Amino acid sequence: MSIHLSNINKSFGAFTALGGVDLNVPAGKLVALLGPSGSGKTTLLRIIAGLDEPDLGSGSIAFHGEDVTRVPAGKRKVGFVFQHYALFRHMTVFDNIAFGLNVRPRRDRPPASDIADRVHRLLKLVQLEGLDERLPSQLSGGQRQRVALARALAVEPKVLLLDEPFGALDAKVRKELRRWLRRFHEEINLTTLFVTHDQEEALEIADEVVIMNQAKIEQVGTPQEVYDRPATPFVYQFLGNVNILRAPALAPAVTPGAPALVRDGQIYVRPHDIAISPFVVGAGGVEAEIRGIHAAGPQAKLTLEQVSNHELIEVELSRSELVGLDLKLNDRVGLRLRRSHSFSEDYAI
Amino acid sequence: MSLLRKQHSVLPGFGLSLGFTLAYLGLIVLVPLSAAFLKTAGMSWGDFIAAVASPRVMAAYRLSFFASLAAASVNAFFGLIVAWVLVRYAFPGKRILDALVDLPFALPTAVAGIALTAIYAKNGWLGQWLEPQGVKIAFTEIGVFVALTFIGLPFVVRTLQPVLEELQPELEEAAASLGANRWQTIARVLLPELFPALLTGFALSFARALGEYGSVVFISGNMPMRTEIVPLLIITKLEQYDYRGATAIAVVMLTASFGLLLLINLIQKWSRRHHRV
Repeated sequence: MSIHLSNINKSFGAFTALGGVDLNVPAGKLVALLGPSGSGKTTLLRIIAGLDEPDLGSGSIAFHGEDVTRVPAGKRKVGFVFQHYALFRHMTVFDNIAFGLNVRPRRDRPPASDIADRVHRLLKLVQLEGLDERLPSQLSGGQRQRVALARALAVEPKVLLLDEPFGALDAKVRKELRRWLRRFHEEINLTTLFVTHDQEEALEIADEVVIMNQAKIEQVGTPQEVYDRPATPFVYQFLGNVNILRAPALAPAVTPGAPALVRDGQIYVRPHDIAISPFVVGAGGVEAEIRGIHAAGPQAKLTLEQVSNHELIEVELSRSELVGLDLKLNDRVGLRLRRSHSFSEDYAI
Repeated sequence: MSLLRKQHSVLPGFGLSLGFTLAYLGLIVLVPLSAAFLKTAGMSWGDFIAAVASPRVMAAYRLSFFASLAAASVNAFFGLIVAWVLVRYAFPGKRILDALVDLPFALPTAVAGIALTAIYAKNGWLGQWLEPQGVKIAFTEIGVFVALTFIGLPFVVRTLQPVLEELQPELEEAAASLGANRWQTIARVLLPELFPALLTGFALSFARALGEYGSVVFISGNMPMRTEIVPLLIITKLEQYDYRGATAIAVVMLTASFGLLLLINLIQKWSRRHHRV
């Protein structure tokens, strides 16, 4: 089921959490809401779930074309997974998962045997078979997360919302679980929206990434689109390392279609989008001297100083390239932007 | 000996602090209580039974236990509501209300007893309206119950407050998004979470009510067989220089109270089984 948000505003006192947000989530997609803390992403998710209400008189939320702005959370057919799971700790795993079915009015409630069947199917789906009699306190973090997921899925939601689903887990489990979530999404094919502040996580598993900052959406696109063609300086900085240079510095190197963004007299360019070659007078490029070489890890990182204005630039290149160029400290080199992309007019000088 | 084997811990002073704890509890709690048992041990079995099982004493046991039980139950219910309001809502005068809860703690119990008697007596503020309706409170069992309720309330409120404050709002939101209505959320999610603390508050309130003397003696009228509580009976015996009789009743009360508190602790342990992480 698709989700349509239009002009959603939300403020807490003087603080604006969401300022006129519009968003379309296509049916069946896995979408990441990505942004730093305080950017409004969790608030947006909670408003979609019906746990918070948008400001009075602002905007509307529609699921599959049907307006749900005034529909209470329990009737929206939304599965919500909380960051800290919010499992009912006095109930077994089985009772937790069955909760949403057991609280239905008698006439809508499936017979106990059907509920048991469904719970066991869900336990199998989230790979927790045989743990149905455990209490949440007897499970690991990753297992609790999956119980929370199964509990949300038990009511057969049309939309699945996850708030920082891997935020409370350690790095290794996190990686495993997010790949699992991707496969899981392909299996159940449910419109899924998850909040994260981890760009790697969002870029790795989402079909589409929604980048938020300061109560607004900065850019929406596939992971490749937002990474290769950041629409704003914020997105540029948020999604990876970036050199921010005064325009005249690298300006001769920025040609139409170059992988850099110019805004307010500043150039944004990624360290790995800069190519290094031995300096030749008259060959073009920016003249710079090497001030530091860090060769640990798969990529070598160089710090360079521009000869013209002493601005520092970070450049990343592969180890083999570094060896091939035979660079040493204080060598004079020429810098160019590496590859060209089809950028829209805005990005060229 | 394996229990006492020295265990290395980053926190020093286990031996010292345990030793201190045992010595302190022994001195403050155990020695005075064992004196009661020793004194009683000097009685013959027949004297003991006569002292602790006479009809007048039995009536006092009944009143003390049932009035305390009723007071603690009422406090558990209303205390929960008071704690809920104090934790969940912001309203003008909240601080004052919060401070008011502690008043029964701070007030000398005799003052409470006199105040309650003045209000509920035939010519008191409330008594003058209630008495014509046929509701007598002062100098009846109900008066005892009212006094015990008054002194027990803070125990429930103060034990529940921190637990309520720590309760994650996400639990209620999770229940709501799964389709539970308000009552289902309270009955199936909130109450089970609060139950251990509620039981502690109940137990404290009950224990306090059993031992209460000052506030009750004024409002109860102290009629033998009707409104005499056990602590009063003990005082009466002491005033008649019947030390053995007094300690014998004390021993029975002690044993019964200890048994009840132990039972409540066991229920609590059972209900907390899911709280370990």
